[in-house]
Amino acid sequence: MTDDGRLSVALAQIDPALGDRGRNLERHRQWVKQAAETGASLLVFPELSLTGYFLKDLVPDSAIQLDSKEMRDLAALSTKLDVVLGAVIESPDHRYFNASLYFSRGELLHVHRKVYLPTYGMFDEQRYFAPGDRFRSFATPFGRAGMLVCEDIWHLSSAYILSLEGVDMIICPSSSPGRGITTDERLGTAESYALVCRTYAQFLTTFFLYCNRVGFEDGANFWGGSLVIGPNGDIIAQHQDADEALVLATLDLADVRRERLANPLLRDERLELTINELRRVSHERTRKPY
Amino acid sequence: MSAPASLTEPVFPPLQINPELVRGILVGFIKNEVRKVGFERVVLNLSGGVDSSLVAFLATEALGKDNLMALILPYKDSDPKSRSDALEVVAQLGIRHLEIDITPQIDAYLARFPEADQVRRGNKMARERMTIAYDQSVAWRALVIGTSNKTELLLGYGTIYGDMASAINPIGDLYKTQVWQLADALGVPTAIVQKAPSADLWTGQSDETELGFQYRMIDQLLYYLVERRYTEEELKRQGFDEAFITEIMRRVRENQYKRRLPVIAKLSSRTIDRDFRYPRDWGR
Repeated sequence: MTDDGRLSVALAQIDPALGDRGRNLERHRQWVKQAAETGASLLVFPELSLTGYFLKDLVPDSAIQLDSKEMRDLAALSTKLDVVLGAVIESPDHRYFNASLYFSRGELLHVHRKVYLPTYGMFDEQRYFAPGDRFRSFATPFGRAGMLVCEDIWHLSSAYILSLEGVDMIICPSSSPGRGITTDERLGTAESYALVCRTYAQFLTTFFLYCNRVGFEDGANFWGGSLVIGPNGDIIAQHQDADEALVLATLDLADVRRERLANPLLRDERLELTINELRRVSHERTRKPY
Repeated sequence: MSAPASLTEPVFPPLQINPELVRGILVGFIKNEVRKVGFERVVLNLSGGVDSSLVAFLATEALGKDNLMALILPYKDSDPKSRSDALEVVAQLGIRHLEIDITPQIDAYLARFPEADQVRRGNKMARERMTIAYDQSVAWRALVIGTSNKTELLLGYGTIYGDMASAINPIGDLYKTQVWQLADALGVPTAIVQKAPSADLWTGQSDETELGFQYRMIDQLLYYLVERRYTEEELKRQGFDEAFITEIMRRVRENQYKRRLPVIAKLSSRTIDRDFRYPRDWGR
């Protein structure tokens, strides 16, 4: 980050090897080096960037523990710039999580365990992963951030909770397979994600970094399309294509303040009202006899 | 039955595609799925029909013309037009080809079973072509690239371990009417796109005569049935004829076995494909 409050971010839209952590770690090192050379202060990798996505029974073999040499190797990626990457985390009681890890200055700063595990259509995550149980923001050298992994953003409450924690930035690593062929220029999934990300950025007046992977796994294609969106909903950077790329953007962090002055949605948010109403809904649901 | 309206009739709107988008995905698919398992080349059985011609175009774009071998494998009763159409694709793309007349080996076998009907004879030819493709794939260090489209796969209109066999299939998620659109956009000769679809396993064979319905109509029904999960009642309300619905649903159901590995008797705690589940691209 420069003294004028500008932050250079990079999204590594990569094609991880499926179930080959060693090869992927080596690739992460190369992308970190390349991003550092551009002067970026924050580099975001996609969901499960260290392992690939459709792991199935490879999940346990691909996992690492928080207190391990593997984790220290990952932390070492962040000596020159902050790094967000995706990995399978095994808890001491042997539950496996689809996790997004934020490293800064050689240390693990935050872990988000994916809460909403898609298990429908082509997805089977609940068969292999345990769900996370919280959405928490955290302080970074560049302001307050929150992380949501892929399907997490398809639940409005996830981003809403982070917003009320006052985040300046939501980081969303993703492994979204492309589907939905029509006469449109882009895949149906690409259109939907772009819409959701822009909507969150604008509604929550926050920066939104969306990093999706590319490549193919067992015939499924990942469409890339990584995005950086400003707190007014404008797209700052976007990589339309489905090839490996380093997507660069410069954020003026003071845009958050300016946007919230012009559009004080967060100030006017009625947290107590929301909690009360949700409690009532929950109460009425549980009261139903059948 | 008149020739299929592959290009002349308007396409059912939900099955219209953006050919450039699909082309990009399928070319990427072929490059990625061939190269990451350590190959550079593919072989395919080029019948001269629209499906295999389309795959030849896609594979040439993905891998380069020197990395594709077209096998042209006629039987004595095959329509000469199939062979000449296949050769036109070979010439247009500048790809390698190998022509083998399969009559001797087919007739040597069938001489012992003169009572064999068209289905047995056709299956035997389809499987003979498969064994040649797999043998050539070893000789040439290549993968066998498949050419079955989604309509055929759903209806089971193909020979299991024959034309349905392959290592990778780029067009298995495209309905026949979508194959026509993509083939036309990629420059497959119009005569090939427009001719009546035929497995050419016997003289005068026609897919649409044999199936009893036109692909245009079948694909519309499959769209509602498979993509949109309409119930039988909803399909009737959509205006489809009851006998048509019944026949297509029967075909999809009865041919499910062709789309699966052989059923394995469960004994251990981890049975292949049931609770031993690894991605095909394991470690790639």
